Amino acid sequence: MSAEQVLQYIFAGITVGSIYAFVAIGYNIIYNTTGIINFAQGEFVMLGGMISFTFSRFMPLFPAIIIAVLITAAIGGLIEIVFIRRMRKNSVLGMIVVTIGISILLREAALYIWDEQIRALSFFTGTEISSVSVFGARISPQVLWVLGVTLVIVGGLFFFFKFTLTGQAMRACSENSRAAKLCGIKTDSMVNFSFMLSAGIGALGGCVVSPLTQTHYAMGTDLAIKGFIVAILGGLGNPIAAVAAGLILGLLESFSISILPMAYKDVISIIILLIILVAKPSGLFGSKQVSSLKDF
Amino acid sequence: MKKFLAVLLIIGLIVTSGFAGGQSEEGTIKIGAIFAVTGGASFLGAPEAKTTEMVVEEINAAGGINGQQIELIIKDSAANPEKAISFAKQLIEEDQVVAIIGPSTSGETMQIKDLCESYKVPLVAAAAAEAIVDPVASYVFKTPQKDSYVAKWIFSTMQSMGIKRIGVVAANTGFGNAGKGQLEKYASDFGIEIVIAETYDKAATDLTALLTKLKAKNVEAVVNWSIVPAQSIVPKNMKQLGMEEPLFQSHGFGNIKYVEAAGEAAEGIIFPAGRLLVAEKLPEGHPQKEILVAYKTAYESNYGEDVSTFGGHAYDAIMLVIEAIKNADSLDRNDIRDALESISGFPGTGGVFSFSATDHNGLGMDSLEMLTVKNGQFDFLQ
Repeated sequence: MSAEQVLQYIFAGITVGSIYAFVAIGYNIIYNTTGIINFAQGEFVMLGGMISFTFSRFMPLFPAIIIAVLITAAIGGLIEIVFIRRMRKNSVLGMIVVTIGISILLREAALYIWDEQIRALSFFTGTEISSVSVFGARISPQVLWVLGVTLVIVGGLFFFFKFTLTGQAMRACSENSRAAKLCGIKTDSMVNFSFMLSAGIGALGGCVVSPLTQTHYAMGTDLAIKGFIVAILGGLGNPIAAVAAGLILGLLESFSISILPMAYKDVISIIILLIILVAKPSGLFGSKQVSSLKDF
Repeated sequence: MKKFLAVLLIIGLIVTSGFAGGQSEEGTIKIGAIFAVTGGASFLGAPEAKTTEMVVEEINAAGGINGQQIELIIKDSAANPEKAISFAKQLIEEDQVVAIIGPSTSGETMQIKDLCESYKVPLVAAAAAEAIVDPVASYVFKTPQKDSYVAKWIFSTMQSMGIKRIGVVAANTGFGNAGKGQLEKYASDFGIEIVIAETYDKAATDLTALLTKLKAKNVEAVVNWSIVPAQSIVPKNMKQLGMEEPLFQSHGFGNIKYVEAAGEAAEGIIFPAGRLLVAEKLPEGHPQKEILVAYKTAYESNYGEDVSTFGGHAYDAIMLVIEAIKNADSLDRNDIRDALESISGFPGTGGVFSFSATDHNGLGMDSLEMLTVKNGQFDFLQ
C-alpha cells in the first residue's frame, strides 16, 4: 500500500469515525445525568438534518442550521418533560425501553411530516465534486467541517463540564443525584438540560454530516447502534473518550476494508466490542471504580 | 344438533365464498394491492400506492370497467414479507379480490408467489427480481424489466466505450445481490473482467474506504447496483476521491430526486432505465410516448412530486389488470389470468408488454434505454 493510500484510508476512517462520535457524545451526556441509554439519539441526528433542510429553502444555510439545532433541542427537552420525567420511577432498563419507543415515535412522525425521500443539505463550502488534496490523498471540504465541528464540540464540552457551574452541577448529578439534590441542585432541570444538550449536539451533527451521508427518516437506527458501540468502547459516561473511540473504530473499519471484503466491516467492529467488553468492561478510557457504581 | 348446525354453517360459508369471486353486492370489482408504503422500501411503495389510487380514481370517474366500478384495496406491508403473506391471504380469502398487484420488493413477492399459485389468484408484481417469473408460475406476472437486461445493457455500453476492467459494488439487499449475480454471470460474454466485486451495508453512509480500494485496483469503470441512499453516496465519494472513471448504476437510479441528492456528482452517471424519465424527449410517434407523457403529467400535477420509474411499474400493473378484466370472459380469476397471458403489444411505462405462456414479464431488451445525467437532467446517452 502506498503512503497516499494509507492516508486515504485514514481520512475515510476519520470521516466515518466522527459521525459515530457525534451520536456517542449524545449518549454519554444523557447517561451521565440519568443513567439512561437514550436510543432515540440517532433520531435527533435525523431531525437535525431534516429540519435544517426544510428551513434552508427559505433562508441561508447557517441560520437554518441554528434553527434546526434549537428546535431539536426543544424537542429533546419536551421528550424529557413528557415521557422521561413521568416514568423515572421505573427501573433504568424500563426507561431504556421507553427511549426505544420514543425513537420509533420520532421516526414515524418524521415519515409523516416529511416523507420517505432522501434529502441532503448543500455543501458548506464547495460542491459535491470539490475535494482538497492533502499529501496526495483527496478529501471533501465537508469532512474538514465535520472534524472542525467535532473538535469545537469536544472543546466546548470539556470547558462546560470542567469550568461552568451548570456543567459542574450536571456532573454532580451523575456522581450522586440525591447528594446533588441535597446541595440545592435542581436535578430535574439538569436532566432536562442534558436532553436538550444531547439533542442539540445530535442535530448539529446531523446538519454537518447531511451533505456527505444524506438524511433519511429511518437513518437513526443504524446510527444509534454504531454510536452505542462507540460509547461502550470509549467507556460510558465520558463524551470526550467517545470521540477518541469513534475515531479508533472508524479507522479500524476503514483499514479492515483495505484487507478484507467490506461485507466483514461490521463483523470487525462487533468483534472489537466483544474483546473490549471481556478484557476491559469499563471501556477503553473508563475507570473500573466508576463503572462499578453504575447500573450499567 | 349443534354440531350439525356448525357443519352446515361452514358448508354454507364455503359455498357462498366460492361463488362470491371478487364481485361484491354493489357490483364493484375488487382489486387488491400490497405495497411497501412505509418502511425501508417506501421510496418504491409510496409512489406505487399513489399511482394506483390515481389510476383507479380516473377509471371510476370515467365509468369504470364495462360499467362496473373498481374497488381498490391497498395494504401497506412496510416491506415485511410476513405481513405481505398475511395481507395476501386476507385479500384473497376475506376481500375476495379478482387479482393482486404488488408487492413492491422482490423478497415479498417471492414469499407470496406460491400462495397466489395455489389459490389461483393472478398476481402482477411491481418488483424487479428475475426469479419472480423464472421459472414461470402460471398466475404470477411482473412489470419491471429483467435484471439480466440491465446487466447486458451496461456491458454492451462498456464494450462500445472500450472498457475492459471494472469494479462492481452492490448493496447487501436482495436487489443488490441479484444484480451483482447478473453482472458476474454475463461479464465474460462481453469480454469484460470484474477485477473486484464488493458488497456494502445498505445503510452505509460513507464509502470512501471501499472506493479507495477500487481506485488502487486501477479499474476503468465502476458499477454500483443499489437503491437509495448509496446510489447518491457512491458518485459523491468518487468525485471526492478524484476518481474520474465512468460510473454505471442500475435501473434503481430512476428518480430525479437521486440526481438532486448527488448534485453535481451525478453528472455523467450512466444507467439503463425505462423511457418514463425521458418521456418528453422521445420522438413523436413512439408507441409509448403518449401514455408516458399522460402518466407523468397526471402524477406530477396530482401529487406535486417528480415521477419515478417505480410508480410506473405499478401503473403498468394496474393497467394490465384492468385491460385483462376488460378482455376476460367473466370476472372469474382463471379467466382474468388467461386474459392477462394473452395481452400483446400493450404499451406501458416500462415498455410494450406482450405476455405468453413462457414469458410473464412480456418485455424485451428494447424496453430499456441507456440514459445519462446531463445538466441535472436525465437524457439519452449519446
